[in-house]
Amino acid sequence: MTARRGRTAAARAGQYLALLGYLLFLLLPFLWLLSTAFKPPRELGSIDPTWIPHEPTLANFRATFDEQPLLRSAANSLAAAAGAAVLAVVVATPMAYVLARFRTRMARAATGWVVVSQAFPLVLVIIPLFLLLKAVHLVDSLGGLTLVYLVWSLPFALWMLTGYVRAVPAELEEAAAVDGAGRVRTLVSVTAPLLMPGIVATALFAFITAWNEFFFALVLLKSPEKQTMPVVLTHFLGAEGVADLGPLAAAALLATLPGLVLFAVIQRRITGGMLAGAVKH
Amino acid sequence: MTLATAPRRSARRPAGAGPRRDRGVWFLVLPALIPILVLSVGPLLYGVSLAFTDAQSGRTEPTRWVGLLNFGDLLEDTLFWESFRIGLVWAVGVTVPQFFLALGLALLLNEKLRLRWPARALAIVPWAMPEVVVGIMWRLVYHPDAGVLNETLRGFGLGEGRDWLSGLATALPAVIVVGVWAGLPQTTVPLLAGLQNVPRELHEAAAMDGAGAWRRFRTVTWPALRPVALAITALNFIWNFNSFALVFVLTDGGPGGRTRLPMLFAYEEAFRYGQFGYAAAMGLAMVAVIAVLLAVYLAGRLRAGEDDR
Repeated sequence: MTARRGRTAAARAGQYLALLGYLLFLLLPFLWLLSTAFKPPRELGSIDPTWIPHEPTLANFRATFDEQPLLRSAANSLAAAAGAAVLAVVVATPMAYVLARFRTRMARAATGWVVVSQAFPLVLVIIPLFLLLKAVHLVDSLGGLTLVYLVWSLPFALWMLTGYVRAVPAELEEAAAVDGAGRVRTLVSVTAPLLMPGIVATALFAFITAWNEFFFALVLLKSPEKQTMPVVLTHFLGAEGVADLGPLAAAALLATLPGLVLFAVIQRRITGGMLAGAVKH
Repeated sequence: MTLATAPRRSARRPAGAGPRRDRGVWFLVLPALIPILVLSVGPLLYGVSLAFTDAQSGRTEPTRWVGLLNFGDLLEDTLFWESFRIGLVWAVGVTVPQFFLALGLALLLNEKLRLRWPARALAIVPWAMPEVVVGIMWRLVYHPDAGVLNETLRGFGLGEGRDWLSGLATALPAVIVVGVWAGLPQTTVPLLAGLQNVPRELHEAAAMDGAGAWRRFRTVTWPALRPVALAITALNFIWNFNSFALVFVLTDGGPGGRTRLPMLFAYEEAFRYGQFGYAAAMGLAMVAVIAVLLAVYLAGRLRAGEDDR
């Protein structure tokens, strides 16, 4: 009995050790980024780097804005990401409703497309998109990028929203129908309010995805004043990989904040939706 | 026609039955379908057709159909084969450790441990970060002078440290570590979900019968987890094989092409040298590899679906 308890205690200790190791692996790079962002140039150049800056400074954050048009690029990112997020839920919600409530061939084809579209190398999509957008003068335009982000976020938006619609009992809609409400009225007055939290979570997720996106923005936006934040961040790296480390870290940190904050807000919902998807599909 | 006739999802229609008679819903699909067709399905088909042309950027003469010429050139392009090899090494090198780490972590986070909730919340951090930032962050970690890795190694007396991302031998392993780090959340979360679906009673019953931890995992946990595990591994492999931003920021394919993933190569061909047709052919060759994986994934899904019934 005691031997068994001893073994359980050892196993517990092992588990905590593993958890600690994982958290270190996860957090140390991030803490290093944080530390670097607050270091004065003298400490950055030091051959004996420290975790906690001796003389923490905000100078790097000021310098980022001098070195690159960070504010403008943040505004660009915000515009493209917010536009794509709003458009994505507006067009995806009705379709998700159909996917969840009706078994149609079209629905099945759409689900198939959702899976397949995730598998294609982006180069096969970006070249034709580039030519297409060029033909309608939407290359090097935030509007064009927003449209690309809209389509890019649709698979996941559809996936999440379909799950949320399924969570709304169809009986509620039937009850409203029995009471004489038409389809559209039922959708608007019964289903939509119950879906609202899911719609918001989906929109925020689409926003984060677009805010973080790099490849499309790199290819489609050429004018410096139109580039998004991830693209502008790479300018800090310089041609030969020689970088001003402090401002680079500060800018990287700033670019991460919106995503981290929003993710903290919707974390439970995202994992919930993912979980439902992963298990059901 | 009213919603009262809408089938509930529990009411499965017999196989072979046509779409529902309720045709009043098609207009609800259009707002999403139109952008999908115009900006996704269409370009994809166009992209495939470009692989059989000599399309170049900024050329005035019309694009010509060249049949399989691009693919012939690909076969003789040793740089392309090299990048393909690197892509496979990278995809396997990231996907496999990622899976085992994520499985261990999911099992851990499924236990009743203190710190479980903060750990679960933190587990998602890499997911919320732009890939560009992840790349920049790890460049700071790997930095030859100011990086924490070399500093730690020096602290343990393990030599002078090196320039990990510029070393011919160390660059690929160094970027693979970053790939594993960046992709852990999206592997862990579905596995954790799968674990939460394993009935606790089964575990307890097996424990009563004297089954040890390993046996319980093999006979109770793994069978329930397998469909999710298979799906997530196939998707991760595809996703990793296609990845771009992380390595673009870390090494831009260097040193000497040692980390030039297929997507980086295709990007250079298309947007640095303007070879649209050739780059599209590369993309199509990548699809061939991925198609095999996707078949495995779909087969797994199909089997998972049958298990449901």
